Amino acid sequence: MISDLFTPTVLLGILASGIRLATPYLFASIGEAYSQRSGVLNLGVEGQMLLGAFFAFYIAKLTDNLWLGVLAGMGVGALMGLAMAFVTINLHAKQGISGIGFYLFGLGMSNLLFQLLVGTVETVSGFPRIEIPLLSSIPWVGNIFFNQNILVYIAFLLVPVSSYVLNKTTLGLKIRAVGQNPEAADSLGVSVAGVRYFTVIFGGTMSGLAGASLSVALLNVFQQGMTAGQGFIAVALVYFGAWRPWGVLAGALLFSLVNGLQLWIQVLGIPIAPEFAVMMPYILTILVLTLSVSKVRAPAALTKPFEREG
Amino acid sequence: MNEIKTLPSGQPRLELTEMRRITKRFPGVLANDNVDFDVKSCEVHALLGENGAGKSTLMKILYGMYHQDEGEIFINGEQVKITSPTDAIKLGIGMIHQHFMLVDTLTVAENVALGLRSSRPPLTDLDLVSKRIIELADTYGLKMDPDAYVWQLSVGQQQRVEIIKALYRGAALLVLDEPTAVLTPQEVDELFVIMRQMVNDGYALIFISHKLHEVVDISNRVTVLRNGKKIGTRPTSEVTKTILANWMVGHEIDFITSTEAVQRGEVRYKLECVSCDSDRGTQGLCDVDLEVYSGEILGLAGVSGNGQRELAEVMAGLRKPTSGKIYLEGENVTGYDPEKLTKRMLSYIPEERMRDGMIGDFSVTENMILREHKQPKFSNNGLLKLKDIADHTDRLIDQFQVKTPSQKTLAKSLSGGNIQKVVLARELSRQPRVIIAAQPTRGLDIGAAEYVREQLLEQRKAGTAVLLISEDLDEIFALSDRIAVIYEGKIMEILNRDQATREKVGLLMAGVKSEEGEEVVL
Repeated sequence: MISDLFTPTVLLGILASGIRLATPYLFASIGEAYSQRSGVLNLGVEGQMLLGAFFAFYIAKLTDNLWLGVLAGMGVGALMGLAMAFVTINLHAKQGISGIGFYLFGLGMSNLLFQLLVGTVETVSGFPRIEIPLLSSIPWVGNIFFNQNILVYIAFLLVPVSSYVLNKTTLGLKIRAVGQNPEAADSLGVSVAGVRYFTVIFGGTMSGLAGASLSVALLNVFQQGMTAGQGFIAVALVYFGAWRPWGVLAGALLFSLVNGLQLWIQVLGIPIAPEFAVMMPYILTILVLTLSVSKVRAPAALTKPFEREG
Repeated sequence: MNEIKTLPSGQPRLELTEMRRITKRFPGVLANDNVDFDVKSCEVHALLGENGAGKSTLMKILYGMYHQDEGEIFINGEQVKITSPTDAIKLGIGMIHQHFMLVDTLTVAENVALGLRSSRPPLTDLDLVSKRIIELADTYGLKMDPDAYVWQLSVGQQQRVEIIKALYRGAALLVLDEPTAVLTPQEVDELFVIMRQMVNDGYALIFISHKLHEVVDISNRVTVLRNGKKIGTRPTSEVTKTILANWMVGHEIDFITSTEAVQRGEVRYKLECVSCDSDRGTQGLCDVDLEVYSGEILGLAGVSGNGQRELAEVMAGLRKPTSGKIYLEGENVTGYDPEKLTKRMLSYIPEERMRDGMIGDFSVTENMILREHKQPKFSNNGLLKLKDIADHTDRLIDQFQVKTPSQKTLAKSLSGGNIQKVVLARELSRQPRVIIAAQPTRGLDIGAAEYVREQLLEQRKAGTAVLLISEDLDEIFALSDRIAVIYEGKIMEILNRDQATREKVGLLMAGVKSEEGEEVVL
């Protein structure tokens, strides 16, 4: 029954799974936010996540070392970021189209490799939960916030760190300038291509990490197409969060909480068609993006290639 | 002993910067042909010439944005290689671009700090930068808030940020590329005050312009370029405006003015309390009342971006007013689309001629009939009458002196002046009742601009009601019977030509009503 949802245990459970499920969104969206702030729209996040998830899982399985798996996932994400950067920055490919290409590549390649190298459903042990002493014993909330696996902590720490870098460092200043007015940045000796290479590769690395967090920290399994559109939602969250890490955090939590809710709806057997429950985060994506008429404008040079004249 | 003189910033002066025998070719164009140019400390050297004369190219070479095909650059007698703006900045050369190189979502301090090494990497040192900005600004009596966002600043203030940005980077030589184009007359005066003080302090300034009176006013020496060639360099005190104008165009020109008296007729076009939104959704026009009479040119003066574009678009039916009424020859045409207005003989010369005035990938012929292709004279039940259209185009090419290889030439391959002639031919040859001319001479060289002005005066003589929107005050004063001034979407005042002075109009352009204006000590 619906009323089953409103017991403290279930509400805290939704909160706990929401926090956990926010992890891949956070990694991917923050990486994408950096990329977009510098003027590059990377629509290939989903593909980068899938390949990252596969390599993380496969290498972790092979070496029995989760950290090597995570590094492999990040590495393959970085490589895809490098390719995306080359295609869009040097070859001036249309960013929307090349992004879709990278998505399809990641989807197909991860399926192919999975069938070739793994083939059946296997699992890895996954990162254990780390209980933070004292904090985790705070009644009610302690267990939710301070009894998670290491990647969850890293994802949440990334929010203030990436916000600080963007707003307080010379690198962040360059990223913001290049995404808004690359001609001006160029005239002051800032390497537009250099900054964009950095952000797109960083974005790819974070997408790979997002995929890894799914396959070796949250679900501990690799399935074909397991990201299920999360990479695209991550791109949408950047708009929702107005290109700011803290805004991205708010969006990621909103979506992961709805995701947590739909999981619990299924667990409790509440009579809502499971297909509808699964749809909820996606419907929310559309609703939020149509209703939130953001006052903040997109980076002015977003999707525009830069070339010096003369 | 040669004492090295320094600037107030402690930076050494650039006593003599020379460009020798500079040649720069672009595909099909010789942009600079064996040009010599030099500038000394403590002087303003004006670089004068028409659009396309090669002024900006020469300066972009000095600033490292372009690379010369031939020629050398010397500073204090020593040859230097400048391959990028970074090199130029290191040598003490700064440039204020015509289109400001500012990131409008960043603060003043962030714009200045961008690309500079911070004193405490990897963090920015904006507090130190801000302090230094205020010091520099104080030297020249400027007020500057380092924490203000650039988008909050007026155009004049943004230009000062550009100057400070260059000085902050140790510029001793400053190239100002058409710095007055975007300023009100008062702002121009303020800029000149700053420039004079900089010259006193030992800076070398290069002032690019095509406005003769400004060149005569501010410069110590002047060099004229024409078609990429240097015509001459003289101390400004030894030349007159007439000499300079002849050098620029290569033949005698008369400054055209509307001297001929024309009897003003009835009200042709009337706006009653019209408001509309801008593209950003803010208020574009606010309660505009305007009447344009038959046989007059009503000039609309204003600093760029104060609602001129919105007004032109509302009048041409391209933008819907949010309130108010519009009458064309007494008929209420509020909310009418361009097609209906075309039938009522309204012609429109748009500001962005390449974007709104024509289709670049269409031929000259096709562009000639864009407005009237549905009229029976050009089409019959949807079929174009190609023969009639070709004859019509031939006549117009001849009548409006359009230089084009053929009728089939794509419009985008014509020069700017000829593109505008195609637009004029299309809009003026149909004996319009009302003409809205938005920035009709912008970007044209003197010859083409004169032609456009003559055509507008012809229309006035023929009894057409002409609204002339222009940011060029000389043009407004030369052609208009009455002058309306627009500021922040409001019509400040409408003056008869004989009551209008540059000072009065300038103050109105800055939003100061004339009653208050009288108290302002100029």
